Order: sequence, then structure tokens, then C-alpha cells
Amino acid sequence: MHLRPATLLTAILAGLILLAPVTANAATTPTPSPTATGAPEANPIVDGQNITVTLKDLKGGKGEAVPVPGVSLTVLKDSKTGEEIGTQVTDQAGRVSIAIPGNGVYVITLDKDTLPEGVELSGGESDLTITARLGGSNFATFPIGAAVADKVAFTEKLTNSIVAGLKKGLIIALAALGLSLIFGTTGLTNFAHGELITFGAIITYMFNRGFGMPVLAAGVLAIVVSAAFGWAQDRGLWRPLRSRGTGLIAMMIVSIGLALLMRSIFQYTFGSSTQTLTQYVAQPRTDYGPVSLSDKEIAIFGISIVAIVIVCIGMMTTRLGKAMRAVSDNPALSASSGLRVDGVISAVWILGTALTGLAGVLLAINDQVNFQMGFKLLLLVFAGVTLGGLGTIWGALVGSIVIGLIVEVAPVIELWGVHPVPASIKDVGALVVLILILLVRPQGILGRAQRIG
Amino acid sequence: MAADVSTARAALEGVPREPGAPKPDPIVKGSNITRTFGGLTAVDVDHIEVQRGVITALIGPNGAGKTTLFNLLTGFDEPDQGEWDFNGTSLGKVPAYKVARLGMVRTFQLTKVLSKLTVIENMRLGATGQRGEKFFSAAFKSLWSAQEDDNTKRADGLLERFKLDAKREDFAGSLSGGQRKLLEMARALMVDPELIMLDEPMAGVNPALKQSLLGHVKSLRDEGRTVLFVEHDMDMVRDISDWVIVMAQGKIVAEGTPQSVMADQRVIDAYLGAHHDTDITEVDIAEIEAEADAELDEETRE
Amino acid sequence: MDIGTIVDAAFSAALGPQAIVFAIAAIGLNVHFGYTGLLNFGQAGFMAVGAFGLAVSVVTWDLPFWLGLVIAMFATVVLALVLGVPTLRLRADYLAIATIASSEILRLVFGAVEFKETFGGSNGLTGFARTYQSLNPYDGGLDIGVVSFSRNDLWSITVGWSIVALGCLLIWALMRSPWGRVLRSIREDEDAVRSLGKNVFAYKMQALVLGGIFGGLAGVFHVLKQASAVPTDFNTTFTFYAYAALLMGGAARVLGPVVGSVLFWFLIAGLGSFFSQATGGTDPLIPASIMTDTQASLVRFIVLGLGLMLLMILRPQGIFGDRREIAIDGR
Repeated sequence: MHLRPATLLTAILAGLILLAPVTANAATTPTPSPTATGAPEANPIVDGQNITVTLKDLKGGKGEAVPVPGVSLTVLKDSKTGEEIGTQVTDQAGRVSIAIPGNGVYVITLDKDTLPEGVELSGGESDLTITARLGGSNFATFPIGAAVADKVAFTEKLTNSIVAGLKKGLIIALAALGLSLIFGTTGLTNFAHGELITFGAIITYMFNRGFGMPVLAAGVLAIVVSAAFGWAQDRGLWRPLRSRGTGLIAMMIVSIGLALLMRSIFQYTFGSSTQTLTQYVAQPRTDYGPVSLSDKEIAIFGISIVAIVIVCIGMMTTRLGKAMRAVSDNPALSASSGLRVDGVISAVWILGTALTGLAGVLLAINDQVNFQMGFKLLLLVFAGVTLGGLGTIWGALVGSIVIGLIVEVAPVIELWGVHPVPASIKDVGALVVLILILLVRPQGILGRAQRIG
Repeated sequence: MAADVSTARAALEGVPREPGAPKPDPIVKGSNITRTFGGLTAVDVDHIEVQRGVITALIGPNGAGKTTLFNLLTGFDEPDQGEWDFNGTSLGKVPAYKVARLGMVRTFQLTKVLSKLTVIENMRLGATGQRGEKFFSAAFKSLWSAQEDDNTKRADGLLERFKLDAKREDFAGSLSGGQRKLLEMARALMVDPELIMLDEPMAGVNPALKQSLLGHVKSLRDEGRTVLFVEHDMDMVRDISDWVIVMAQGKIVAEGTPQSVMADQRVIDAYLGAHHDTDITEVDIAEIEAEADAELDEETRE
Repeated sequence: MDIGTIVDAAFSAALGPQAIVFAIAAIGLNVHFGYTGLLNFGQAGFMAVGAFGLAVSVVTWDLPFWLGLVIAMFATVVLALVLGVPTLRLRADYLAIATIASSEILRLVFGAVEFKETFGGSNGLTGFARTYQSLNPYDGGLDIGVVSFSRNDLWSITVGWSIVALGCLLIWALMRSPWGRVLRSIREDEDAVRSLGKNVFAYKMQALVLGGIFGGLAGVFHVLKQASAVPTDFNTTFTFYAYAALLMGGAARVLGPVVGSVLFWFLIAGLGSFFSQATGGTDPLIPASIMTDTQASLVRFIVLGLGLMLLMILRPQGIFGDRREIAIDGR
């Protein structure tokens, strides 16, 4: 066997050992709720069948939702004029819980006069009809504060979604650059690429939570470890496979096995729950003209743009960059003209996994850490790379940003009163675009048609 | 049949030695065919006609667009513009499989034998109009076994003619380069084509096999088929072709009988120009020779 | 450590309903990938369409069970056609990405809260399996030591293995025919097949539809055996596992997918039971500091990932395949 099992095993074991000391320890900061006069301290949830309503002011989606205490709610049977089942005033958590006699239709009415100053119902409707089917609590909610955004309008929603889309697009672009570099030089469609994103995030988490380092230091270390992992992966697995002439489809299936392996190891060591880093978790947003951004978001924009610019300039000007592009264009010719193809591919793996690790680090800072965060992003990364044209660097960059924008902006778009892309499944829009691009222009928006035969 | 061959050859005597010359009985006629890749024009043919019942050679230096023209004519590639017909049937945008069914079958420069199938299975695949290839009758052997037996008989006959009968049950992947060329030719005959188009039938074939291959190509003509082939090997062109079309840089630069073409200054320029500019052809020749050597070694070991 | 329990778990899973779901889905993948070379990474999508075709017909539209079955199969054929017309002309790796994306789209749409009225949201649909269950002729379960099945499972394995047997018979009959020969030739070199006058696209489409129907059947059987249709069951990982099973048994062999699925579940259940016992109890074989019982359930997936890699590297023809006949290389 040409493969070095020892190398591979060592790499896996090293990963396991590195991850082992990580212990789950999530930190969530409870937000203090404002007290209102005349509101009960707490309404316990009634035993048995009941209707439970929690009123929260969503503040138009900015910042934390705040409970609304002291509001009077009444539950009636069948209709607004039906039999009154019970009335209660919301507690400090904004909650009422009213017992009901059994399954059926109930109407909940809200006394608008008891709403605190400045708090208004978003929909305007002060009653709500629900059908109780569950034996325990039947939950209902009144929209408060959400409508502020609704009214403030489409333009603000659009700007916010564009900013969110650009941010997502840049993070995807980092991973997509990595994927594209590796695909370009080796032809490998790497299904384990999502796990490289997760790897960056989990290593950050490990250095941060496990060893108590600040997030920034942990992030830098995570990128270094990612790069080392990429090098080891190429040396221990992909290079031996290449040298024994394994076909591309076989390698693709090997990468699927590797993805399953890595994801299971992540779940084994890290656990199934979602965790946060110690710093930059919930940051307030500051308004900058039409957009509002938190400091960490500005940093994410800055870091990803700088990284991308450096890589692009490097690819255009340095010897190594030119060598990478040469190998990508024609490996056989590059080899015959004296280029050390294996060395270049090693460099590509190091650079590619470092970029992908950086994507993971930024994603961990922006959101949270989870064992399948990268896997969930994988198809979007594929979409970005494909949209721009497989194997082209500029293509991957532009394609990813377009994909990020599609994911975030598409759910905001409303046509004839319908949202073509439902908000709960916003990735769908990007996946549809991915398929359409493959059908119409498989070489991507920036790629060149290949010569056949 | 032999009479047809001689009349067809005789008819060529009166054809002017000019690019795009009209033929008395053309099987293929094409006009204004262009194909570009990026900015590069691979094929730009004003007019081409191929005479029925003779062997026509398509020659030219590397990159002249011969294979691209083959791909275009047989529906394996789409031109930017152009029209051509086969036996009067227009073939613009007709998919490759329909072109083959019409009786215009090609082989490939890099042989495309199905190496994970046995030689006889390769042959059976070539037969057309098989009931057993239809989804709804495939599952019931009684519906197709008689036809399969007929096809097998025909295939065995062809294998014998091409001296491949000893390899009948071998995987096609185990054949030598020359044997693959023979198998591909035999398989194409299973389609019973009127026009057979051979893309470099001699490339990678060891010299010992060359003579018998030449014989086979001539026998195709003698049984009434039309042959169009692309070739680099000038000896072969001189030896077996009745008519020669010369391409350079995507265009037809000369046409004529082998003797007249070989003496044509434009042809010498086209070839010498290519030889002067690059040494790729030399690399090719060296490669082919090395391949042939390796093949000989292999065969002596067996 | 109770060896009997491990053996029982392994054999029961290997012969049980879950292995049957895999076997049926993998028979379909074998038609796609094994014989024709189509890299369909969206088999979970075909399953989802079959499953929800039945569930939606019966639960949401209140149609009879048998009509629901017809609609489910019809829907998978439609999916194959809709997916195939544009994508079958794509390169292998593009086809893989297109099919994986479409199966994810289907899963997301079936689970979307916006379409809860039709597809039941993330909880899915229940209450469509009554006709199926009422046909159960058995009075009780089965327990013969090495394997044990409940009454419902016994009925499901009777139906399931019958489907598998008929499916294998059909594939055997098709693949020995000239039709099967064309598929195997397409897998190797479609241009060669085209040059011989065969409509490659039509054959690929027939293969996609046939394999897709097996996928749809697997989906229908899956939701019938557990009497509920849940969108998350049809994620991409399922497709990958089915590929692992197929490759283990050997692609392009009639019994490859069946043997592979049985082996797959034998190993998954056996390893699961072994590690769960090794970490359970008051004095576990493996101390909790090394492996907790939650982690124990993950070891088998680690082994699975590693196994798939090694299989592909060392024996791409599968455990029983013939290397000369299988072509999992090239583009």
C-alpha cells in the first residue's frame, strides 16, 4: 500500500487529542427586564390544558426582545363574543397562562389601553384566534415591535439584508477560494471542505474556552493549525492517492468518507450542542448612515477583505502564485517545464485550508460554534465556486458574494404579496441559482468555455 | 462492386485540383462551416465535397482542424455556422447518434473501445435496431435472444475477418493499440455504414500491423463503402487514398490525387511551415515510435 | 458484556426494516452509479418525493391509500424527468452537485414552516399507514434468539424483502440484456456509444427514472415502516450512507447493494451495541473519562467514515466485486 496509514492515523489522533480537553460550557447572559407597575411578579404556567401567551417587544429586530409586563389578556371560547374563560395580566416575563376546559377554538383579546407608553401592536389586531389541540400549553403570541421594521420599510430591510449578504458572501468567499484553489490544481471535488470550516471554528473554540486564550489569539492559532492540517492531509492522503493514479470520482468518494469521519470526530469531541466563544458574543449595533453594524461585524468585513486582497495580489505577482495558476491551467505542461507540481500542490493545500480555517474562525465569532456548521455551508460554497466558474479565483470571489447576497436578500423580496423564497428556508434561493447556473452556463459567469476533444 | 469503385475513381479524373472542388457523385457536401474556440478559429471551410465509393484522405499539419471538422460533420461538436448534408439529408444540429444511424459512422483518434466489456460484447453493441435495447422488452429474453444470436453470428464473421476471433472473450482493455484500432473499425462495421470516417487509424499502431490495417481499409472501399480518413502517415496516404484534401489553419488549401497533392507547392509550404515553426510534430513522431516499440515488446512477451 | 445482545442487535438490524430501506435505495443507486455511471447524490430527494407523495395524498388530500401509492411513484418519475432533462448533459461532478442541491431544496421545502399546511412542517405527517398496517397477517412478533422482531417489523420485513427480491430479479433480467450492455457502455465512454447510433441521453434518462423509482419505493417503505414522514430523515447524509452500503457490497453487481446494506447495518448496529455496552453500567469496560455513552453511539460513524475511505482506496470494486468490470475512475 502506497498510502501512509501511520501519517493519516497520527493526524487523526492528533486531532482527537487536541480536541479532548474541550468541555462544553456555554455562557448566556440573561437580559434584565424592565419592571412595570401593577404587573404580577410571575404567572406560573398552569398545570393541565392551558393557553400561554408571552408578549415581547421585538424592537424591530434590533437588539434583544424585551418582555412587556402589565398587559391584560382575556381568553374567550369560540368567538369574540363567546364565553369568557379567564383574564390575566402579563407578568415580568410578559407571560400569561390561562387554563382552558378542553380542545377547541379560542379567541384571545388584548386590552390595548393597558399597553405601556410607546409600545404598540404591530399588526393592529388586538385579538387572535387559535385552535387548542395540545394537552399541555397551547402557545400564542401577539406581534409587538415587529411592525416597526415592517413599516419602516422595505428599503431598510433591503439595506440590512444587503449588509448581511455581503458579510455572508465574504465568509463564503474565503472558503470558496480555498475550495477553488484545491479544485483548480488537483481536480478534486472536495466534499470534506465544509469540515475544514468547522475545523477552524472548533480549534478557535478549543484555544479560547479550553486554554483560556483571547479570541483573537485563538483565531490566529486556529488558522495556523488549519494550514498545518491541510499540509498533513495532502501529504498523508491525497498525494499518495494521486501518485497511484486514483480516479477523480474515487477521490470524490474518499472525500465523502473523510467528511463523515471528521464530522463524527467533531461531534465525538465537541458534542452536539451549539457553543459560544468567550468574547464578542452579543454586541450592540451602531448606526452608520443607512446601515447599523456591530464592531465585530466591521472587523469581519475588514479581515476578510484584507485576506482576499492579499491572496489575489499574491496570486498575480508572486512566483508561487504564478506557479499555482500555471499548475491550475495545465499540470502536465507545468511538470514538463520543470515546475515542482507536488510542491505547488502542497502550497495550495496550505493556503486553501488556511483561508477556509479563517472562514471558520470568522463564522465562529459572528455566530456560534457547532459540529456541523461547515457542512451546512458546504453547498453554498459549492454554489459560489460554481457560479463564478470552477477553478477560477476571481470567479469564486464574485460568485460567493453573489450567493451570500441571494441568500440574505431573496427572502426580503416580495412579489405580488408573496415571498417567493420563504424566510425559514432562505438557502433555497441560492441552491436554485446553483442548479440554474449549472444548466445554463456550467463554466460559470466568469469562466471560459472549454474546448471539447 | 469493383466496377463501382473504378467508375468512381475514373469520375475523379475530371475533377479540378482545386480547394472545395465539386465532385460528380458527392456523399457529403458542406459549405461555410466555421468553429472557433475562444478567439482561435479551428475550422473555416468554404466548401467541401466527398466523392462516394472512394477513399478520401484528409491531411494537414497539427492543429489544422481535421479532427474538429470530423467532430462537426458527425455531430460531436456544434459549429458557429455552416451547413452540410449527407446523401442529401441536411445534418445541421442533428445529434451524433442520428448521424450514425443515417450511415455515417466514425472512429476516434484515441480509440474508444469499451475496455471493461469483452471483445464480442463490444461488437454486439454496434448492431443497430436491437429489440433488446428497448427498455420494455429488455427484461424478457425470449423477445430478443434470436436477434442477439444473428448479431453474434455477424460479429463473429467480422472478428474473423479482422483476425480478432482469438480474443473474442477477452476484455477489450487487454488488447494492444493496433488491435483496438481493428476492434473499433470492426465495431463500426456492425452499424453497416455507408460512409466510414477513420480518425488517424495508424496512430500508435506498430509497423507489423500497419500493412494488414491498410488492407482492411481498402477492403472497406472494395465492398462499396465510402472511406474518409485523417492521417499523418504520408506513406499510407500515398498508398491507399484515391483523393486527398489538405487542410491548414482551419481551411482547405489543396485537393487532388495523391500524386498531384504531394507535388503541390501550397502543401509543401503548409507542412514545411509547420515543421519549421514547431518541433511538436517531431515529439509526436518520437512518441508514436516509442508507443509502437512498447507494443512490440508487449506482444513478444505474450 | 453480553455477546448475545450484540449479536441480536446486529442480526436484527441487518435483516430488519432499516437495512431494507437502504437496500432498495441502493439498488436504485446501483442502476444510476454502478451500471450507468450517473453520479446521483440526490437519492434522498427521490425518497422524500416518494414518501411525501404518499403522505400528502393520504393525509392532506384525503385520498385513498392505493391512489396515494400511485401518486408517490408518479411523483418520483416526474422528479426524475424534471431533473434529468437539463442535468444529464452535465459532467459527472456537476451532476453530483446539481442532484445534491435539488435534494436539499426538496428537504427544505418539505420541512418549511410556510408550507406546514401541506407537508406538516418539521414534524412531518402521520396517519397514512393504517391501510398498510391493517394488512398485517401476523398475530405476534418473532424471537428466535439471534434475531427478534416486533409484529409490525415482521410485516415490514416480509413486504420489504419481497420488494428487494423482485427488484433484484428485475435488475438481473435488465442487466443481462442488450439494454444493460448499453448502460454499462455509457458508464465507460458515452461518445463511443453515441458514435454507434445509440441515443445516450434517452438511455441515461431511462436509467435515472428506473433508479429514481427504486429511490421513491425506498422512501415509501421507510415512512410506512415507521408510520410517519419526517423531512429530516431525507438529508444528504442518507445518500452518502447508501453509497457506502453500495460500494461495500460492490457496485454493478445485482446483489451488491443488498449485501452491502445488510453488512452496513450489521456493522452499524453491532458496533453501536458493543460500545453502548462497553460504556454503560456501573463499572464500564471503557471508563467515562475516555468515552461517555453519548460518544459511544458516535464511534460507529467514525468507523464508517474511515471504512468508506479505505474501501475506496483499497477495494473500489467492493468486497465481492471484480476489479476488471467496475470503472470508478476517470471523469
